[in-house]
Amino acid sequence: MTLQDNHAAGAVVAARVERKWAMVSVAVIVLLAGMAAFAGIHQATMPQARVETADPTTLHIAGEFVESNLGSALEPDGSVTVRAVAQQYSFTPQCLLVPAETPITFRASSADVVHGFLIQGTNINTMLVPGYVSAIPIRFDKPGDHLMPCHEFCGIGHEGMWANVKVIDKAAFLAMTSAHRRLTCVE
Amino acid sequence: MLSSKRLVLAHFWLAFTVFGLALLLGAWQMLVRSPLLAWISNPEWYYRSVTAHGTVMGYVFPTLIAMGFGYAISELALERPLIGQRWAWTGFGLVVVGAVMAMVPVSMGLASVLYTFYPPLIGSPFYYLGIVLVVVGSWIWVALMSLNLYVWKRDNPGKPVPLAMFANVAGSLLWGWTAVGAALELLLQILPVALGFRTTIDAGLARVFFSWTLHAIVYFWLMPAYIAYYTIIPRAIGGKLYSDSMARISFILFLVVAMPIGIHHLFTDPQVGAGFKFMHSALTALVALPTLLTVFTICASAEIAGRLRGGKGPFGWVAALPWRNPMMLAVTFSFVMLGFGGAGGLINMSFQLDASIHNTQWVTGHFHLIFGGAIVIMYFAIAYDLWPHLTGRALTSLGLMRAQLWLWFVGMIVTTFPWHYVGILGMPRRMAFYDFTNTALAPEALPVTISVFGGFLLVISGALFFVVLIKGQLAPKAEAGVYRFSIAIHPPTSVPVALNGYSLWLVLMIGLTVVNYGFPIAQLLALKNTSVPAVYVGAQP
Repeated sequence: MTLQDNHAAGAVVAARVERKWAMVSVAVIVLLAGMAAFAGIHQATMPQARVETADPTTLHIAGEFVESNLGSALEPDGSVTVRAVAQQYSFTPQCLLVPAETPITFRASSADVVHGFLIQGTNINTMLVPGYVSAIPIRFDKPGDHLMPCHEFCGIGHEGMWANVKVIDKAAFLAMTSAHRRLTCVE
Repeated sequence: MLSSKRLVLAHFWLAFTVFGLALLLGAWQMLVRSPLLAWISNPEWYYRSVTAHGTVMGYVFPTLIAMGFGYAISELALERPLIGQRWAWTGFGLVVVGAVMAMVPVSMGLASVLYTFYPPLIGSPFYYLGIVLVVVGSWIWVALMSLNLYVWKRDNPGKPVPLAMFANVAGSLLWGWTAVGAALELLLQILPVALGFRTTIDAGLARVFFSWTLHAIVYFWLMPAYIAYYTIIPRAIGGKLYSDSMARISFILFLVVAMPIGIHHLFTDPQVGAGFKFMHSALTALVALPTLLTVFTICASAEIAGRLRGGKGPFGWVAALPWRNPMMLAVTFSFVMLGFGGAGGLINMSFQLDASIHNTQWVTGHFHLIFGGAIVIMYFAIAYDLWPHLTGRALTSLGLMRAQLWLWFVGMIVTTFPWHYVGILGMPRRMAFYDFTNTALAPEALPVTISVFGGFLLVISGALFFVVLIKGQLAPKAEAGVYRFSIAIHPPTSVPVALNGYSLWLVLMIGLTVVNYGFPIAQLLALKNTSVPAVYVGAQP
């Protein structure tokens, strides 16, 4: 073989190896996207699906986020809906009370700027954008205390914006619901 | 051969100077919020500093590097003087004026909104106008890169465009288009409010516009590093580029798919539905493809270098690589950080996993590892490689260069690995103060303290970098010889039209953006009552 032939043969091998690697890379990516689609469809693990709005200028006086409606509410189907509002630089309620081993939906919005909503030790993590409602489903396995910081810069008091989540035994929670329509830690 | 030395040097010197200042701010921020120092008493200083650090590191520094490197590539690869030198200086002037205009209100505490803007928080209009000027200045560069390529192609019909220039133009086009998102947010939404023409703003829509810029801007930062991987490193370590066409395909893929994927930053946002979130998630996975191709091609190119230097066997070539060559160290460190950062990125872009780390200190760790680590270390390498050609003086302190690169690598790992860990624990980012005496936060105290020492290493490395460059500037004159880019082991004699120009790919890039952003934006524009009152920061009582 001449040098030219060697060179051409080398180029063919190089191109073949390269093609194989490209195919492996594409397969990895298709697999990853496929896994995400499968988990999303079969286990319904996905980010919030629907877009809902709430006017921040009337948040306190009308609609589901009026102060008397904030906190944990027992629904007829046995699930619990927790409503909260974020504002510079606190959450209302400042301490959320929820039962363990119960399907829970957090519904929250912001009264002013963009805030964050994160419950440490869980996968609850969402943005609160003024004008929109964030809704996240969750189930706590066991009683315990969690910190709930605002995780988005919201002004110079951002570092002080921490709330608490108290997860209590389901029976104890249900006992409290007979006396109060909406529950928070202070009741 | 380089007729625009002063132009390129001006860009690099300004870029690295502002980088050095922002690096000090970053280290200060890490220190003051760690358990090592007591409460700073005024949290506003911290957010002011974060705004300055982010604005400089995100907008000014990488833009100047891309511009300066781009002008150098245009002259060196096309082997002709830059067309439009006067316009280039105008662009540089706009970046300088814009950066000063933005930084004055920031340093006065009138625009502590962080570099991601976060409306409805609204700061001084001069902050936003300054950033617009920086972008407009860089758009002059975008236009000049395409103009220079066009004129060269007209004079050299049918010839393959040199790879370095091909990639450089990809980076410029990517930036030209991705900057449009933030430009729309600034011009249509934020500035009218900052100037007092309107008092309300749709914060959800603003976040969608910003996400348009926010992801692909990272690929714009990345482009100079990738150009260096392909067109500088193989030559600098004594090897050859494994494949010229794969390089072109990678840059084309970056251009087309880096753009319409930014909604993965909004997975947890309430104003975008799950359908488009999934679409952006899947396309984000696709953007891993050009990186996987690049890792293969560059490792194969290094193997060629190792074997040319006498390395034998399946792994012997690794030992034979020129490990005392700073460029070899830079690319190795860059790849290690790209590997860890990329793995973290796969978690961020995952439809499901993102919720466990979204907006925590993990994310800060991720992008510092990718940008501050993998990319910036290549900016150092680019400077080391070009400096002798720009100044006509040799850089001889190889030992110092190696020490600088080692410190940057170790510093970045020590800084960012603890951040990833505390992010998993749920530590929110960008807070001026953490109460580590709280039992729930106590486990985060030690990792946060460790990361502060990583920050110190980075400052030392940054200082060494300046020592190397200044020593170079003071060295006696020495002819650097002809500047060469890497040569492919099978140099292209002709390439398909699709791999030699961008018309087709630009259509695809814009088309995909319209598909992926058109509906979410139209939906938000159609929604009523989503504009909320602006909240002004820095207002005097």
